[in-house]
Amino acid sequence: MQIARAVYVRRLGFSAVAALLGAIFALPLVWFAFAPFNARAELGLAIPKPFTLANFATVFQNSFAMQALFNSLVQAFGGVVFVGTAATLAAYALSRSSVPGKGAVTYILLLFSSVVSGSAAMVPIFLIISAAGLIDTHLAVILVFAGGLLPTAMFILRDFIDAIPRSYEESAMVAGASPLQAFFDVALPVIRPGIVVVVVWAFVNIWGSFLIPFILLRSDSLMPASVAIYSFYSEAGTPIVTLLAAYSLLYSLPVIVLYLFVNWKFGFRFFGGIKS
Amino acid sequence: MKKFSLLSTRAGAVFLAPAAALVGVFVIIPFFWVIFVSFTNRTLLGRTALDPDFVGLQNYVALFNPATFFTRGQFGFSLVLTIQFVLLSALVGQALLGLVLAWLSQSVSPSVKAFLQTTVIAAWILPEVVIGFAWFAFLDYDNGTLNMIMRSLGLPPGDWLLQQPFWVIVFFNTWRGAAFSMMLFNSAFQSIPPSYFQAADVAGATSWQKLRDIALPLIRGHVVTDLILITMWTFNVFTPFLLTNGGPSYRTEILSIYTYRIAFKDFEFGKGAAVGVVIMLINLVFALAYLRIARKKTAEAE
Repeated sequence: MQIARAVYVRRLGFSAVAALLGAIFALPLVWFAFAPFNARAELGLAIPKPFTLANFATVFQNSFAMQALFNSLVQAFGGVVFVGTAATLAAYALSRSSVPGKGAVTYILLLFSSVVSGSAAMVPIFLIISAAGLIDTHLAVILVFAGGLLPTAMFILRDFIDAIPRSYEESAMVAGASPLQAFFDVALPVIRPGIVVVVVWAFVNIWGSFLIPFILLRSDSLMPASVAIYSFYSEAGTPIVTLLAAYSLLYSLPVIVLYLFVNWKFGFRFFGGIKS
Repeated sequence: MKKFSLLSTRAGAVFLAPAAALVGVFVIIPFFWVIFVSFTNRTLLGRTALDPDFVGLQNYVALFNPATFFTRGQFGFSLVLTIQFVLLSALVGQALLGLVLAWLSQSVSPSVKAFLQTTVIAAWILPEVVIGFAWFAFLDYDNGTLNMIMRSLGLPPGDWLLQQPFWVIVFFNTWRGAAFSMMLFNSAFQSIPPSYFQAADVAGATSWQKLRDIALPLIRGHVVTDLILITMWTFNVFTPFLLTNGGPSYRTEILSIYTYRIAFKDFEFGKGAAVGVVIMLINLVFALAYLRIARKKTAEAE
């Protein structure tokens, strides 16, 4: 009896500590949960009275803000197409073909991709993009992201494809399919969940990034939301809090939705290292 | 028997080509280019933008000049600051807090666990600019949530971004990144057979004893992996820029922000590239350590 009670008390203590830690983690975000719905939002925490969607109406009427969201979409979507396509083809080749030195390729890729980080590579990346005449274009941002995310994407997908039995494609080829048919009609549908994970991962990474568009873009009309959000200041130089709060929520929505989707569909696990 | 290969060498090469081109241009070439540029006096504007001179080790000599090395706003100051930032926010903050969060998650009710993990993961997945702005509001002197709490507890409020900028970015990075360590340790704990803990329960072990004597020795590999990864990421992180801009007076100018200032505000590409090379060398040490462990693990699994 005595022991059972001690265990019970201990569990209660654990739960209290866990709940407290969760609350501490939530604190910096609580403001962000209320301010978008408060027409007079300031930096202070206040429960909106009345709850209103007026701030969102302001955002939708702000053509610069909407353009920036659209730019984010263009850049993330473009990057995802490049990463998804190139990573799928490459990972399949690394897993199934007889290209010599596959192990070494994977090793070198991983090494380079962790050594050449955003902060170390900003100068040469800027110079490469500038030499290619792509400064201040969507394509610059798309290509740089694609190159940077590809090594990890290939690594995640290669692991995934290695785990799929080769007998699927082998039997298709015994039945007369060409290697390309075996890839497109047999392998691709089986690999699809892996591709979805890589695509979501790449999208979230590009969507949230600040440094690369910040360096490579100049025109207001091309800025993604992550950079544009810093221009929501009044002429006096103070942030327009109502606009910023509502916009932040809109801008976060895709990330939250995709997270929930992956969590529901696959369970949120580790795929190599889902975030860098 | 030779393994029947599904894709010929030629088809394999074609499949690899797009990825090879992108990675080559945006990962491999920058690696060598940054080394090359670091030996020149290349700038963004002026004559040296188009026609830079080879200056040998001049940029490195300037970075490591002992007379100014530890001066605020100089390379050495930034390097020391970065090391402190990594030690405190990654190794102590993220790793230790992640371990505690994962261990607590094992023994609380599902609803508390869900609440804890949701808030920790939210800090991690939301876009960095949104997080930056939320923290800006959180720390505001007049109305910020933190000072509101301080006042209601009868404690003096603080102008945190001005008075304690370094501790702000340490806590910020701990808060932002603890989710990764938590999730890694979560899956590590789940790989331990429950019977080990049940046996310890029967013997009357406390939670601390179970953690120290059973769990930690068994997840040693995960701990090392976690430490290497979060060190590498924190060392390269740029996000504190969104909160402090590197200031006030260079007090939060970690190496990534220093590189940005030298290259894109002062337009000294040569010097910025030299900093980039130093960062890559430090990254290399950690990446090699990580790959060694990862390889050992695969070898054991096979």
